[in-house]
Amino acid sequence: MRADDILGAVGNTPLVGIQRLSPRPSVRLWAKLEGQNPTGSLKDRIAVAMIEEAERSGDLTPDRTILEPTSGNTGIALALVARRKGYRMLAVLPDNASEERVRLLELYGAEIVSSPADKGTNGAIEVARRLAEDPRYFMPFQYGNPANPRAHYEGTGAEIVRDLPEVTHLVAGLGTGGTLTGAGRRLKEHRPDVVVVAAEPELGDLVYGLRSLDEGFIPPILDESVLDRKLLVSAEDAVRATRELAQREGIFAGISSGAVLHTARRVAEGLDEGDVVCLLADGGWKYLSTRAWTGDLDRAADEVGQTLWW
Amino acid sequence: MPVRVKVPSVLRTHTGGEGQVDGDGTTVREVLEDLETRYPGIRARLVTGDGALHRFVNVYVNDEDVRYLGSLETEVGDGDVVSILPAVAGG
Repeated sequence: MRADDILGAVGNTPLVGIQRLSPRPSVRLWAKLEGQNPTGSLKDRIAVAMIEEAERSGDLTPDRTILEPTSGNTGIALALVARRKGYRMLAVLPDNASEERVRLLELYGAEIVSSPADKGTNGAIEVARRLAEDPRYFMPFQYGNPANPRAHYEGTGAEIVRDLPEVTHLVAGLGTGGTLTGAGRRLKEHRPDVVVVAAEPELGDLVYGLRSLDEGFIPPILDESVLDRKLLVSAEDAVRATRELAQREGIFAGISSGAVLHTARRVAEGLDEGDVVCLLADGGWKYLSTRAWTGDLDRAADEVGQTLWW
Repeated sequence: MPVRVKVPSVLRTHTGGEGQVDGDGTTVREVLEDLETRYPGIRARLVTGDGALHRFVNVYVNDEDVRYLGSLETEVGDGDVVSILPAVAGG
């Protein structure tokens, strides 16, 4: 594969069989390895799409700084795009984000503003929204930007249809809703009976914080009509499955990928046959400091539960 | 049907600090009504005046989001786990 520059190397990720992890021989499990993108996560797709759309529309001009609230991956992806295209970048990041995420943002030249850990991603969104009132900032805002699901409709979803026309199920993590909305819509156009399943993390009490139930946040781009099921996954189940990916299939993926695998197996157990695509959102590099792969599972899950793994 | 109910930290003022309580009913709606008899005020935090689930509240039966099952009419069985969580975003 040849590209003019690093941004041309985004997408077209491998779809590999992970049959050893299927609970039933007649149900085929497939993993789409988004960790193969340049910054190691599927967020490269939406970063390129959102910035290039803003350049076309004139919203993003060279004098403006890109600003984004993020639990890490989107900020890192935007920082790469910003560096490559010559923009300044400011990431608003909850202050329990892993050390690796901070280092990667710095490596690509982004500046960082911290938001309180106990308010999670919702807290980062609040801080970013206040900053964005200053017109010197341009905020792509992944949670509300149609270029996010579009990147997954035109990229992720189309690639799955091309590589696995017989796909019956898509399982992906629910963060902004962009992946499930975009790729799910593309798959359902291909085959209306495709089942789209969201895996949702059960976060630690610290992350849920003492948030009022009235100030929740549903990403505007999430089209809930595309979803057929949504399953909650504990940190322990996610870590256990993340370890199995490495141990039995040699796939080094992030913790949310374990949550997706756990969910896919639960779905597979209820099927006679099928082709289930697991979207593995990122590689494992950014989680090495959590010791997710080593030592006591309970302790690892506990540790992961207190950090931002989504 | 006796079920276990997991209560988020934000609602534990109603349950005397307990993170898990017992509930009873054949549907999620009945379980929440049962909780209300022992933990007054909790139901209004979860269900709107029109009787629908509050927009920013997610309820799960055995980890499956009830919005994609039968919402508040989702059936529960003996020993099921009902989890209540605030909606949060990732990314």
